[in-house]
Amino acid sequence: MIEIENLTKQFGHKTAVDHLSFSVRKGEVLGFLGPNGAGKSTTMRMITGFLPPSGGDARICGLSILSNPREAKQKIGYLPESAPLYNDMTVIGFLRFCAGIRGLNGSARKEAVERAIETCFLQRVAQQSIDTLSKGYRHRTCLAQALLHDPEVLILDEPTDGLDPNQKYEVRQLIKRLGETKAILFSTHILEEVEAACTRALIVDRGRIVEDGTPAELVARGNGSLTELFRKVTTLDRAAA
Amino acid sequence: MRNILTIFKREFVSYFSRPIAYAIIVVFILFAKGMTFTFGSFIASGDASLNYSFFSFHPWLFMLLAPALGMGMWADEQRNGTIELLGTFPISPWSIIFGKYLAAVSVWFITLVLTFPIVIAVNWLGHPDNGIILSGYIGSFLTCCTFLAITMFFSACTRDQVVCLIVSVLVCFVMVICGFDGFTLQVSRILGREAVESIASIGVIDHFSALTSGAFRLQDLVWFLSIIGGSLLGTSAILTAKRA
Ligand SMILES: Nc1ncnc2c1ncn2[C@@H]1O[C@H](COP(=O)(O)OP(=O)(O)O)[C@@H](O)[C@H]1O
Ligand SMILES: [Mg+2]
Repeated sequence: MIEIENLTKQFGHKTAVDHLSFSVRKGEVLGFLGPNGAGKSTTMRMITGFLPPSGGDARICGLSILSNPREAKQKIGYLPESAPLYNDMTVIGFLRFCAGIRGLNGSARKEAVERAIETCFLQRVAQQSIDTLSKGYRHRTCLAQALLHDPEVLILDEPTDGLDPNQKYEVRQLIKRLGETKAILFSTHILEEVEAACTRALIVDRGRIVEDGTPAELVARGNGSLTELFRKVTTLDRAAA
Repeated sequence: MRNILTIFKREFVSYFSRPIAYAIIVVFILFAKGMTFTFGSFIASGDASLNYSFFSFHPWLFMLLAPALGMGMWADEQRNGTIELLGTFPISPWSIIFGKYLAAVSVWFITLVLTFPIVIAVNWLGHPDNGIILSGYIGSFLTCCTFLAITMFFSACTRDQVVCLIVSVLVCFVMVICGFDGFTLQVSRILGREAVESIASIGVIDHFSALTSGAFRLQDLVWFLSIIGGSLLGTSAILTAKRA
């Protein structure tokens, strides 16, 4: 479903993503781990077609994001890192707009918006203006936007960042449930999340994959602790900079 | 085409869900009317074509108000990160550029339409040539569209609205002053007549005043459309370059 080949990104002299290759199959939830600045967001921005790669390619359901951007983008639901939204719109207005952009009209649009609102528990704030939402609701509104067109591939950049423990739990359950029928790539630096929601995990550091395996395998490699492994294979921020 | 409409609708509603569009409309109408009856000495001069007393002030108002309306066009998207949503939607970047541009242009269209009482007034007071008035409105609208396109370009260049406002106003000011009589007179005194020609050619007034005096020349239309087209192309180029 997602196939990444030698994806590379350079910002000036700095290599943010360094010949990354991996794939995510349908029914798989791949956790994308790594310290801050490891290149997770940059990788996701390239897969979703926002940033052009310096090298390599990403294929979504067989469609290259470079040569077939529109068709490939239609298959992706994307939650960017900071959950950006239009503050002057209401939640439902924003979702209607996004559904319209995805080519949904009339009753199909109405249904899609209702379903996304329900899935992300937004009923209570549907008519509320976005700039009055709490952080948890903002995040879920942006997540709802990613689910509108029922995409085959979900790319979620730190979907649980800034949520309270209850909301974190809910979002993890949601990811797990959606992962049964979709291919999901989600980034996090919360290690427990991996065991809670992923079927497989990658640890990246300075743009390269340093570990790849199921959560159980990774825990075993870290002598019973994922944190141990994470600390061993990734560099400190200071050393990286 | 449908995507342009979707973007257009969102942008257009957004202007009217914030104070910005109302503020622009009110300020423009107040000043346009105010100047007509004071500096323009509308009543005393018996200027039924509205050329001198009404339209001639428009470029000076647009020079400030068009950048004020358009300064957030891309700056907001870049600051809020919504540019990342737009960039990952399955639509062409041109739908976004056109949709946004047309929304801003429509706000101005409405503003100009709302100045219609003055047209009724001149028709009531005298016998104006309404063809010339229409031509004046077209000139005014095209000038405004040109300034908006320039603002859009600078809005793509920086995520700071204030910088965008200052630079756009400055560029628009240069375009206005270059054809302004008081200025060209000074230039011809110092640099001679040929200099005036070349300086006036970058100015907007030359093309604008042809239209307000009722002359519909193809060259003016081409001039306006090429500046608008150039600015939109530039916007697209800057947005692409920013992502790389
Ligand atoms: N637009 C950009 N220009 C220059 N450097 C960037 C840009 N975006 C990201 N970087 C750099 O690329 C590296 C990877 O960043 P990012 O992908 O955001 O990491 P992560 O999401 O894993 O925390 C960082 O060192 C960051 O400073
Ligand atoms: Mg990140």
